Amino acid sequence: MLTSLLIYFPIIGILFLTLLKEKNSKVVALGSSLLQLLLTAYAIASFQVNAGVQQMIDVWWIQSLGISFKAGLDGISLLMVLLTNFLMPLIILSSFHKTYPNTKLFYALILLMQSALVGVFTARDGFLFYVFWEMALIPIFLICYLWGGVNRLKITLKFFLYTLAGSLLMLLGFIYIYLKTPAPHSFDLDILYQTVLSSYEQEWLFLAFMIAFAIKIPIVPFHSWQPDTYTDAPSEGTMLLSGIMLKMGIYGIARFVIPMFPFGFDRYGELFMILCSAGVVYASFIAWIQKDFKRLIAYSSIAHVGIISAGLISQTHLGLQGAFFQMISHGVAVVGLFLIADILFNRKQTRMLDQLGGIAHHQKWFSVFFMIILLGSIAMPLTNGFVGEFLLLNGILQYNIWYAVLAGMSVIFGAVYMLQAYQKIMLGKEPEDDASLFKLHTNEKIVLTIISLVILLTGLFPQSLQALVEQDIFQLLSIKS
Amino acid sequence: MVVMTWAALIPLFPLIGFAILGGSGSKLSKGAAGFLASASVFISFLFSIAVFAQVLGSPVAAFKVQIFDWIQIGSYNLGFSFLFDRLSAVMLLVVTGVGFLIHVYSIGYMHEDNDFNRFFAYLNLFIFFMLLLVLGSNFLVLFAGWEGVGLCSYLLIGFWFSNNEYNAAARKAFVMNRIGDLAFLIALLLLFYNFNSLEFDVVFSQASSIGAGDQLLFIISILLFIGATGKSAQIPLFTWLPDAMAGPTPVSALIHAATMVTAGIYMVIRANVLFVLSPMTSEIIMWIGVATAFMAATIGLKQNDIKKVLAYSTVSQLGYMFVALGVGAYSTALFHVVMHAFFKALLFLGAGSVIHAMGGEQNIRFMGGLKGKLRITHITFLIATLAISGIPPLAGFFSKDEILAVTHSHSMVVFTLLAICSVFTAVYMFRLYWLVFHGNFRGSADQQSHLHESPMSMTFPLIVLAVLSTIGGFIGMPSIFHTPHYFNEYLMPMLNMQAHELSHSFEYMLIGVSIVALVIIVWGTYNYYVKNNNVPIDESEEKGLQKIIQGKYYIDELYESIIRTPLQKLSLFLHNIIDQGVIDRIINGSGLFTLSFAGVLRIIQSGSLGFYLFAMVIGIIVLIALSFFLLM
Repeated sequence: MLTSLLIYFPIIGILFLTLLKEKNSKVVALGSSLLQLLLTAYAIASFQVNAGVQQMIDVWWIQSLGISFKAGLDGISLLMVLLTNFLMPLIILSSFHKTYPNTKLFYALILLMQSALVGVFTARDGFLFYVFWEMALIPIFLICYLWGGVNRLKITLKFFLYTLAGSLLMLLGFIYIYLKTPAPHSFDLDILYQTVLSSYEQEWLFLAFMIAFAIKIPIVPFHSWQPDTYTDAPSEGTMLLSGIMLKMGIYGIARFVIPMFPFGFDRYGELFMILCSAGVVYASFIAWIQKDFKRLIAYSSIAHVGIISAGLISQTHLGLQGAFFQMISHGVAVVGLFLIADILFNRKQTRMLDQLGGIAHHQKWFSVFFMIILLGSIAMPLTNGFVGEFLLLNGILQYNIWYAVLAGMSVIFGAVYMLQAYQKIMLGKEPEDDASLFKLHTNEKIVLTIISLVILLTGLFPQSLQALVEQDIFQLLSIKS
Repeated sequence: MVVMTWAALIPLFPLIGFAILGGSGSKLSKGAAGFLASASVFISFLFSIAVFAQVLGSPVAAFKVQIFDWIQIGSYNLGFSFLFDRLSAVMLLVVTGVGFLIHVYSIGYMHEDNDFNRFFAYLNLFIFFMLLLVLGSNFLVLFAGWEGVGLCSYLLIGFWFSNNEYNAAARKAFVMNRIGDLAFLIALLLLFYNFNSLEFDVVFSQASSIGAGDQLLFIISILLFIGATGKSAQIPLFTWLPDAMAGPTPVSALIHAATMVTAGIYMVIRANVLFVLSPMTSEIIMWIGVATAFMAATIGLKQNDIKKVLAYSTVSQLGYMFVALGVGAYSTALFHVVMHAFFKALLFLGAGSVIHAMGGEQNIRFMGGLKGKLRITHITFLIATLAISGIPPLAGFFSKDEILAVTHSHSMVVFTLLAICSVFTAVYMFRLYWLVFHGNFRGSADQQSHLHESPMSMTFPLIVLAVLSTIGGFIGMPSIFHTPHYFNEYLMPMLNMQAHELSHSFEYMLIGVSIVALVIIVWGTYNYYVKNNNVPIDESEEKGLQKIIQGKYYIDELYESIIRTPLQKLSLFLHNIIDQGVIDRIINGSGLFTLSFAGVLRIIQSGSLGFYLFAMVIGIIVLIALSFFLLM
């Protein structure tokens, strides 16, 4: 019941949104997302760590096709739901001082997305997963298309078609496994897990799923939609994409690829390991020469998710621990960074590093928040970024030390491009702008404060989050063997 | 141990100081801020004395205090815990003691700065991280402190952030440190992979069962050493330290001379088990150390910026310490760490006092004759100069002498090179001393009229450090003086030390030769710089070898052209050619291909994306609605 409530609750929010006046939409959306967060807190409080999937809902949806509405919470799902529902109010709150045209639709789409995301992370049925997966794409597409920047049509279309193409591969894969299940066929995850697949089948299914997920994450070289989309989308859209949505792909690898296609790993695992770890270096190099701050974050995000994916592909206990933890760290940090980019752009109508500078002279706390988020994203010890990165590199090293070295390069490169950007934006001569130009709005201050605190607190006490998924990691790794 | 439980609070006081200062911004008055920051470090210092007394009383004891569970690494639970033993106790005293003095000094030095409170917040934060570094009972807490001090170093080098040159210097320091840190991090990964723990006692006891010369231990120890070359400014990662002088002078004294830069040496001593078992690494450490000591000493001969001379001197002295580590004389290295902390902090603080009096001038070509106006600064600076030059019985004499002595039994070549270095050291230090304090004043009339001795808050630390630089060496005198070598005896239970027994005749000779050599150097430099009034010529007029040395062997330029520029070009290539050109075009191309192919089918489809979307949304909503009803 709790699970379906988590899925449907944002829809109730949308209902209220449509009934109430346009000017109330922000408050309604925020209220809805806060209640949703409260629900999530309740779900965590009542969660039992070693008891497998809980709060299961399982009813036939299309019985003749073996499709059921089956969803539930295990530790991994709960962690992802927490990430989604924690970031959602922050994203909504960060937009509070702005007024988008057609406000009602804007926030309705965000809430719709929340519903779909929770669905993706809790689905225990292959087809249901696919439906939610596609359902999440539509609102984000519309957000990017309707409120995006100058080139939005071309860019958004590319993003849409590219990811759609990927997910069709995944759908094909699902249907294939479905047909392999004993009659009457079923999409039930537990049945899919037990379906016997030959090594040849696993190999191509591995590719089908991995490409779908690799596009979403994105893993180099499937990333070419990402920098443009991130840059062009409205800030809230970028935060949704980078903070939560890309984790669908990472989650997908953990949930489907690792347990179902061990032979695929034998054949192609190393290829993807190379793509991920080399992609870290590749994206870092490109981030280094970016002039637009938002684009810089976009490429740095490719580097970060590259390490996370490499950790998963290592199929080690440590790698998985790191991947799950780092999804939270990355989500929190990247939303913070995109908010900073948004603040810059809103005040000065530019994100070009060369046209900014010296903001620390006027806005001390802004510079402090930026520094903390930056430290999180370059994996400074005592921030959450370090915990994740350390675990991930441990896992990757168990796979092969050279990939750990390659991925570890981010320790150096991250410092290079982030500090360079920080200097260009925050430091240097006192700017001629009005001293209050970059004054933070209260809502922005609240969001940045919360993000900074989370970065430090989960860096010091990561175990509460780690404990959630520990049992499930063993589970995932044992299904395959 | 009750004392040790309380001792776990040691890092907390500076952290609280940081939180209050950072949180209150400029609401706190400067006086209150300076007092609060200094007091927090002083309390830590008092606690450190208690810890020291405790470990002195119990010869082998190491007390571990777990603060909280930190990270779950696989099935291993890594604690955030501290280790109190004889090694960390020494470092505690140095960090909090010298740290406190420099806090007091900064009250006077930074008095006029608008960002006074921010400065003290950073200093407190630095002390906190430095304490984590020396107290960590496992590699990860040490690493947290290690990176934390790097961050504070970055923040303080770029303290005056209006100046982009300073900002660049700060960034350079951070990035070069991070290069070393990557090696450090990989060493940690390998340690965990092989020993399934990062706790010092567990790792070391397991490692010692492996046996000397093992390849794994070689790789781990060499990676750790690479980490140390970053933090402790050794070849090839030393070039950030001279640039780090952009920070306020108390920072140079505290971070870039007395404490942080010795972290690499501390770490090697802490992990000495691994290095003892890797003779090849030790050999490499020795050679890197001597090469750095030598190269930096030569550069020091030709610098005209008072802080740059001291910076290269620091690099050079750190090289000495690494030589000691390389030959396995860990106690000797730590002895020099402590002595160096006294006299080098004193030198930097003295330089700060000079710069303060000169209105910000750092070029010694425009100084001279300051001894009359800056009495206390002059005397204390002289004591420090004598100490670093190795004149008995000052602090530097005993520790440096000991390094020379232990090197002699190991390698004649290294010994000779270090001996030459000692000559260079005395030369550049006395060159500096004569040019600053003697002869005629060469600055502007305006500067001359403003010359003044610094306030009490600045001279008091100078006096304390001068006393320590004078008598500190007595804790480690060679056997010919028939007093026990207290320092070695104190550390003996901690370390795998090889005995360095030297013949008495050799020691007498060493002492005799150094005294004679120093007298000649003092006399020679006096004649050259004071009597004959020789002033260094302007940098741009240097020629030949002098120019190369003056230009620091152009190592910065070399790194720029063989590393930075090619990498930047590679970045552009990856971005413009590969990313935008190849990858994106393939994707767009396949998209176009599909579109044109789809054109055939388009006749039966509407072709409008909006319609597809609409259909999809409707479809999904129907599905959901359906499921909703089914649930009811």
